[in-house]
Amino acid sequence: MRDGPTLLAALLLACLLSIGGSRSAHGQDAALLAKGEYLARAGDCIACHTNPGGALFAGGLAMPTPFGTLYSSNITPDPETGIGNWTADQFYAALHTGRFPDGGLMYPAMPYGSYTKVTRADSDSIYAYLRSVRPVHQPNRPQDLRFPYDNRSLILGWRTLFFNEGEYQPDPAKSTEWNRGAYLVEGLAHCGMCHTPINALGGNSQSQAFQGGLIPMQNWYAPSLTSNKEAGLGDWSIDEIVELLRTGASHRGAVYGPMAEVVYDSTQYLNDTDVRSMAVYLKGLALGAPPSTEITSVPRPESSLLLHFGQTVYEARCAICHASDGRGMPPEYPPLAGNPSIQMQSAVNPIRMVLNGGFPPGTQGNPTPYGMPPFAQRLSDDEVAAVVTYIRAAWGNRGAPVSAGEANQLRTAPQD
Amino acid sequence: MSQRSRCGDMSIRPCGCRVAGYALIGRMRRLGLVIGLTNLLVSFAFAQVTDRPPDTLEARLRACAACHGEQGQGTDNDYFPRLAGKPAGYLMNQLVAFRDARRRYPPMNYLLEYLPDSYLHQIADYLSALRPPPPPPTIADVSPAILARGQAIVAKGDPARGVPACSGCHGTGLTGMEPAIPGLVGLHASYISAQLGAFRYGTRTAAAPDCMQLVAASLTESDVTAVAAWLASRPVPADPSAVPRGSLAMPMACGSEPN
Repeated sequence: MRDGPTLLAALLLACLLSIGGSRSAHGQDAALLAKGEYLARAGDCIACHTNPGGALFAGGLAMPTPFGTLYSSNITPDPETGIGNWTADQFYAALHTGRFPDGGLMYPAMPYGSYTKVTRADSDSIYAYLRSVRPVHQPNRPQDLRFPYDNRSLILGWRTLFFNEGEYQPDPAKSTEWNRGAYLVEGLAHCGMCHTPINALGGNSQSQAFQGGLIPMQNWYAPSLTSNKEAGLGDWSIDEIVELLRTGASHRGAVYGPMAEVVYDSTQYLNDTDVRSMAVYLKGLALGAPPSTEITSVPRPESSLLLHFGQTVYEARCAICHASDGRGMPPEYPPLAGNPSIQMQSAVNPIRMVLNGGFPPGTQGNPTPYGMPPFAQRLSDDEVAAVVTYIRAAWGNRGAPVSAGEANQLRTAPQD
Repeated sequence: MSQRSRCGDMSIRPCGCRVAGYALIGRMRRLGLVIGLTNLLVSFAFAQVTDRPPDTLEARLRACAACHGEQGQGTDNDYFPRLAGKPAGYLMNQLVAFRDARRRYPPMNYLLEYLPDSYLHQIADYLSALRPPPPPPTIADVSPAILARGQAIVAKGDPARGVPACSGCHGTGLTGMEPAIPGLVGLHASYISAQLGAFRYGTRTAAAPDCMQLVAASLTESDVTAVAAWLASRPVPADPSAVPRGSLAMPMACGSEPN
């Protein structure tokens, strides 16, 4: 009889231990998968590896480039057509070195120039998560690049010029927060893919990091993140940058076009600590830059007729939302006065906004955004040029005039 | 943020309460501090009203009104359809199809690309509930014989060639059926004709089985002209609401209209 309670206690203990044990194993798995999913969001894998309306991560998205069309690959765990047979080592090697498991070279549309900075632990988390999604049997489409770009050995040359392999190395002189932001911005978030100018060889130059550039084929201009004359965030508050990245709209401006995609698919899902870290790093990028008032290319008196005409169009079409004084009604209707994104040397973005309008992305923080109407149907090239010239020069703005030809050219820019 | 507080600050007058601010100064001088303070509060309230756009879908959807009209009534542009009063399920299907590029029209694909389902549902419900005055029917510019041919296809189809009657699914009043079959009245002939072409050539696709793709493929060019002209010549009835779900025995299965 004395053994009875002891045995019972031992059994109970064993039960509890086994429950506890399995719980913690499950807990670890769930935590690892959740971390992997989170990091896959930070890396915005979905933007390229999922066709709109198609199966998650099954690839097949056509990506037009100046060199031909690339199709993204299937990264579901399907063993035949996806990456089901890849090991964690091979997955890390792909992110880190831009090579397939057989040693073949990846086209740099896969941003391994940025992903090389990702740590092994983060790579393993993403790997675990991708193995947990539904496998989809969907063969990859062959790449459709023109001669001579269809020769993959050319990638070797590109790599020699533009690829610097290596995980992110923290800067001990900077804060933990700054380093976390740098790790995300330079690594997973691959901001440099658009915000660093691309040269004729399709490469990003390290010396011009984050200096902005026209995104090939899409005809949107990714503003400089280092210059306060463009999207440099030196004079934004951390809260404003966080607001923009988390909701897609802010009191200083909203995101449209390719950046709307980034917020929609990626940054809206990042936690406050990470977005704040990115904001600290991004603000730091632009802090040494000259103030935004030093732009020299202001409209001359000979363009005053254009300005007058532009003001007439503005009052008739735009002032109802953006106000006669250009202050808008932020964050719903973005301010135009003092908004650097409409005064940049490249007028592509403001012209496109007038022609095509647009909604900022619908996000958790801004689920029902206010849209701007397209004016392509209602305004002539001359009217578009005049009104864009006006908003680039009114209220102390200092952007160069825009010609009707420039407006006309962008009417045919791809919108998808 | 600072805008709202600046509106209450008498020393700076940068924003929408400027007029109220001037009025305020004069009255404060005449009536003293107490009434002045009251006005200050009124001014704050006024500032809040004028400094932010109305919290309504109408204000959010100005981007749509440019081409589809303030009340979704359509415009005189041949290719921009009336949206008001169409079944919400139909509108939702189209919004999703544009967003995911199953229906190709770059300006619409671009506008909807980064909007979530939850918002698209609200937009569909909003447009579906609108009841602007009906547009005047178009005076048909085709011969009576062509109009008669259009009427025959709409009402009876062409059984010999496997063409079902439009009214079989879209209703005898041609106002559609809940939840996802659209009305066909109140539209321009060019729009109807362009859509039948888009179905046929695959730039407009729907959930399988894609019944309209099959129907459009069985129509000749002259059928399309006749049907479009007849439909555009029909007046919108006083009640343009779609008939209830399941009230028509559809002649064919449609992926977008669950039975």
